[in-house]
Amino acid sequence: MSSVSTDVSTAPAGPPPAGPARTTVFGVSLNIRQSGIYIAFALIVVLFTILTEGALLQPQNISNIIVQNSYILILSIGMILIIIAGHIDLSVGSVVAVTGAIAAVLMVDYGIPWPVALVLTLIAGGVIGAWQGFWIAYFGIPAFIVTLAGMLLFRALTLTVLGNQGIGPFPDPVRTLSNGFTDGYFGNVGLGVLGGADIFSLLVGVLAVGGVALSQWRTRTARLGYHQAVDPLPVFLLKIVTAAAVIMFVVVQLARFRNLPWVLVLLAVLVLAYSLVTTRAVFGRQIYAIGGNLQAAVLSGIKVKQVVFWIFVNMGVLAALAGVIFAGRLNQAGPTAGNAFELDAIAAAFIGGAAVQGGVGKVVGAITGGLIMGVINNGMSLIGSPSERVMLVKGVVLLAAVAFDVWAKRRAAR
Amino acid sequence: MTDDILRMREITKTFPGVRALQDVNLSVRRGEIHAICGENGAGKSTLMKVLSGVYPHGSYEGEIAFDGQECRFAGIRDSEQRGIVIIHQELALCPQLSIAENIFLGNERSRRGLIDWNRTNHEAQTLLDRVGLPESPVTTVSDIGVGKQQLVEIAKALAKEVRLLILDEPTAALNDEDSAHLLDLLRGLRTEGITCVIISHKLNEIAAIADRVTILRDGRSIETLDMGADDVTEDRIISGMVGRDLEHRYPPHEPSIGAEAFRIEDWTVHSPVQRDRVVVADASLSVRHGEIVGLAGLMGAGRTELAMSVFGRSYGVDVSGRVYRDGRQVEIRTVRDAIRHGIAYATEDRKRYGLNLIEDIKRNISAADLGRLARRGWVDDNEEYRVAEGYRHDMNIKAPSVLSVTGKLSGGNQQKVVLSKWIFTDADVLILDEPTRGIDVGAKYEIYSIINRLADAGKAVLVISSELPELLGLCDRIYTMSAGRITGELPRHEATQERLMTLMTTLTSKDPAR
Repeated sequence: MSSVSTDVSTAPAGPPPAGPARTTVFGVSLNIRQSGIYIAFALIVVLFTILTEGALLQPQNISNIIVQNSYILILSIGMILIIIAGHIDLSVGSVVAVTGAIAAVLMVDYGIPWPVALVLTLIAGGVIGAWQGFWIAYFGIPAFIVTLAGMLLFRALTLTVLGNQGIGPFPDPVRTLSNGFTDGYFGNVGLGVLGGADIFSLLVGVLAVGGVALSQWRTRTARLGYHQAVDPLPVFLLKIVTAAAVIMFVVVQLARFRNLPWVLVLLAVLVLAYSLVTTRAVFGRQIYAIGGNLQAAVLSGIKVKQVVFWIFVNMGVLAALAGVIFAGRLNQAGPTAGNAFELDAIAAAFIGGAAVQGGVGKVVGAITGGLIMGVINNGMSLIGSPSERVMLVKGVVLLAAVAFDVWAKRRAAR
Repeated sequence: MTDDILRMREITKTFPGVRALQDVNLSVRRGEIHAICGENGAGKSTLMKVLSGVYPHGSYEGEIAFDGQECRFAGIRDSEQRGIVIIHQELALCPQLSIAENIFLGNERSRRGLIDWNRTNHEAQTLLDRVGLPESPVTTVSDIGVGKQQLVEIAKALAKEVRLLILDEPTAALNDEDSAHLLDLLRGLRTEGITCVIISHKLNEIAAIADRVTILRDGRSIETLDMGADDVTEDRIISGMVGRDLEHRYPPHEPSIGAEAFRIEDWTVHSPVQRDRVVVADASLSVRHGEIVGLAGLMGAGRTELAMSVFGRSYGVDVSGRVYRDGRQVEIRTVRDAIRHGIAYATEDRKRYGLNLIEDIKRNISAADLGRLARRGWVDDNEEYRVAEGYRHDMNIKAPSVLSVTGKLSGGNQQKVVLSKWIFTDADVLILDEPTRGIDVGAKYEIYSIINRLADAGKAVLVISSELPELLGLCDRIYTMSAGRITGELPRHEATQERLMTLMTTLTSKDPAR
């Protein structure tokens, strides 16, 4: 095979092949389009820590940020898959409302045991997703239209089920999932000036850090075994230590307050699972192929319609989960639940680095995007900003994030 | 001195990596119909885009003089103001608007910013009478056929007081009757003093209508023939178009041909937009293991449509016919069926249909058969990396690593990624559509070597190409296609550019294979 000779000298020179846009910081090469979001998040946290004189990072406030944004974060996981495939879902707010109502009717009105009712609600969410996925994938109506219709349909359905009032209260376990914390199974331990902290929470934190470090190390060794380029060891260690420090800081603060919120545990599981699916599963990789070049995906034999159908089913299930958690948090399912949630979820995905044309995006990015908005919300309310100013800042952040993405792409194209 | 309305001198136009035009000269006499001929990629459309200002002054070298004055067009509006109007192959009408609205689009008949509908429709009617289109000006354009739409385009040009009308392949999508009407109309315009430049592949039409013809080849103007004075025949034009230089641009190859690998019979495909139009008609062909077979034809002959319809019905409606693999009839309804039966199709337009340009080399190579790298739905990305690195090495893909984004590679390297992707599916039958389009000479040689290697490995290769020297240099056997039909089949030693071009331009079906 090496017999192929190339007559490069007579050929006009093409553009030199180059990697993605990179910039060098302290000798470390960074992909600015991918890591910009994490740097921005760090800067925003620092900014609001200063503005709130440290109140932002107090144990109770960290817990609040997580619990208050959990349903948006869950929605943004489903949304990022849809946006990667080049679609959009405007109906998730209404689906949150209707599934919350369904859960309330099943648990409160019919007294069905909560685990059964939860599963039935998730199935209902899946059916709603299948309904929308059918029109989008198999009938060929743009997702924008189908889910705009869904936004009205499912809000109407919510009002039909609930009338003009809320249904509650929810069984305790559901409220615990939404609002509650892990028990102090192993008691407390003293952390000197920091006071007492929950041993179980700390243990989970240590295990999480260990798991992250171990899996990253194994990925690195496997890649080295295949002679792939990896970060130099100091950079690798720096990344691991940074991640460990952030995780442990959050966990210690939570352990000092009221232990781990259950939704945080749930979120961690979802983020891990969906990150794996998007990076490692055939199904996840096909989503990127579809969003990157639909025609090429079709001509590569990817079952585009099936994949699109299933990501909408998935969105429905996740919206139902968010619906139950939101209803459990308020302890009632209300007719206005989930209003404008779709906008927050979509904004989270785009702030988190998704491309408007599709084909680009990460689960962790969407979560970070959601947290950025959560921190802005929380931080500004701590310093007493009026809600219109919060809205203004969020709008500017969204525009700036996408403008940055477009700019970075144009720079990379040169 | 002759009365030239247009003189283009020494036009040179370069794109990154490709010289599309080099020192092209064209002079058109006032009131004549001037044809421009050349193979696909010879530079005809580029030349017309330079003339009409699509490529503005400064982006090319050379001079344009219209009516004795030098022109420096910054855009289409400038050239239209001088009376130069171009009608592109893909019609530029708004299908949801009326005929009258289309005719005066951007040139509205208005008073103080409001459209004067009476005047618009009245003047449109006058223009429609002039082009011989018996339709009402208020008819929606999408309700009339392609032939009539072509006439609307001409009426639109007339509304701009056209002096030089350029038509790019005006009859490519028309049936015989509409074509004849269009040619009559052009003759009529000539008597009114309107000069026409017509780009066409249909040599019989050129012979019938043109006063003179300029031939382009490989971005150069070869000659201008006077259809009346010289003893010019269609064969004479063909020999000008193809030239006679067959250099050593092709790696030597000794074929070892085995049993039949792939055959289609009576393949018929209808257009998805006009369901009654037959795009491929009763086509039959076969390819054997180890054999490289060419499929020659001009643009619009139906080659790509044939290939894509075979490849899992990716094109067309009402597809009928039979496909055989290794002698057994197979049913192929989807792209996955095709891949499962060992058939691969590498598209002619790799940027639009072949590659995910925002993804890296690795993920593009694995895209068509990702399941092979996965266990229970989970991809082994290290194995994927190893496989891709192997192709990068074997195919000599010039990139720092397989993690480079394909959108940034040169055309030749992109094509190697596409070929790798299909070789990875382990296909036995490779249909390669214009495998060297937009690729520089050195990379072409590499692609030819890869194709030879594939044949040596026992693959059956069907190469679709508009470049006749390429087919002659590469293929063991060549089919020709014209107007949706297979019009000929020639073994390598019998094929010449002239014979192929003759078969490619016949409009009647004479099938020596039968």
